[in-house]
Amino acid sequence: MSLVEERISYDELEELISWINHIHGFDFSGYSRASLKRRVTRIMDLHHLDLVDLKGILVNDYVFFEEFLVQVTVNVTEMFRDPSFFRSVKEKVMPYLSSFPRVKVWNAGCSTGEELYSFAILLKLEGLLDRSFLYGTDINPRVLEKAKAGVYPLSNMKQYSENYLHTGYSGSLADFYVAQYDAATINNELKKNTLFSVHNLVSDRAFNEFQIVSCRNVLIYFNTDLQKRVIQLFYDSLCPFGFLCLGAKESLRAFDVTGKFRSVDKYENLYQKIG
Amino acid sequence: MKTCIKKLANWDNTILEKAAKARVLLLGGSAGSSRLIFDLIEQLPGDFPLPVIVIIHRSRKFKSEIEKLLDSKSALSVSLAEDKTKLRQGNVYFAPPDYHLLLEPDETFTLDYSEPVFFSRPSIDSTFVSVSDVYQDRVVAVLLSGANADGAEGLSYIQARNGIVIIQDPADAEVRTMPESAISLCKDALILTDESIFAFIKSITKE
Repeated sequence: MSLVEERISYDELEELISWINHIHGFDFSGYSRASLKRRVTRIMDLHHLDLVDLKGILVNDYVFFEEFLVQVTVNVTEMFRDPSFFRSVKEKVMPYLSSFPRVKVWNAGCSTGEELYSFAILLKLEGLLDRSFLYGTDINPRVLEKAKAGVYPLSNMKQYSENYLHTGYSGSLADFYVAQYDAATINNELKKNTLFSVHNLVSDRAFNEFQIVSCRNVLIYFNTDLQKRVIQLFYDSLCPFGFLCLGAKESLRAFDVTGKFRSVDKYENLYQKIG
Repeated sequence: MKTCIKKLANWDNTILEKAAKARVLLLGGSAGSSRLIFDLIEQLPGDFPLPVIVIIHRSRKFKSEIEKLLDSKSALSVSLAEDKTKLRQGNVYFAPPDYHLLLEPDETFTLDYSEPVFFSRPSIDSTFVSVSDVYQDRVVAVLLSGANADGAEGLSYIQARNGIVIIQDPADAEVRTMPESAISLCKDALILTDESIFAFIKSITKE
């Protein structure tokens, strides 16, 4: 196979998008095309498929479609990714949360759960975990299974521990998992008040009211229209004075949210609902 | 390796005519490339006709102010590329650390947090390929010094779409791996000394 060959053109990608929506009811039309093209190209390379094969297997093999769904979306995540973000949550959000009788957190696009457990650890350290509940949602049932299990390669823990150290909390990440052979299992105490379920930001609605909505490095894969819809969905899902956490490169600056959100930390893209 | 390098002290006018039709200048490099890239950006005139996209491998651990510094020194506006903003002439965009930088068909940027390529995020390959998909043969891409093979595949993709492909002469590169990997994949690349790279880019003018 030549590296320079184009596996799928933008026109063919449009066909595939409408085709997947037709067959499986998944609407990718609001996704960034460049990113989607790159992902689909990768899948075709990985499975040695041309476009005709890909379409054939997608229609005939539901198991493959689930695999396709996992691979076409980006599931790269870390515990305590961007430690400075968690430090900001510690300093600017946690003091506020202690005034709420219940703390509900929604981690949208949670993938394999590393970020949700990072929030659980934060709440535990602040003495809030017992009155907290954390919801993790994603469009992929498969990654949610991994999130529920909370078992990660031990080799990843080195980087995660380093991240943890930079959050400003004392102790060590090792206080929150059990290492066995080459796996790290998140403590049961942290899993107790969690629920993982399927939710599609493209088509599903608000399902509860939250004190924190965290959705980091998901909006970059959406076009501006879909980003707008999802930001409205988060607004609708937050309680008054609830907090919205976005990724390091995802700000609300380009959207007119005057009177809806105030910026809590403009570097970490941390917002509070005000309207 | 050295024997198959085709040295061009000069380029013919057809390449310059082609460069005048280009829509973007891409600069990619890793270890040993930043000095050259920074010098070049400082020297480009304010009316340089092409928007410039720069991909340099760098660690996310160190917050860098280099864009701000260059912005104050360059006649062009220098910044980190932001998600969903449009590529415009008069600007130099750096790929932000820890994200791949892609270009959409509507000429806006998308940041991408998927797996590193050659242990690198941003990766040169992913930006080069996505920009080539948008502008086809109207791309000028330059690959410089570096310690891995990132960029080679992207350059060959651009070359297959008839864009202009320039590789730093490995003899001038601080670390030869990156240019040499690209040379082995791109048979028709212009292999230029640092001096010639400067001269070529500065000679790009509007049609």
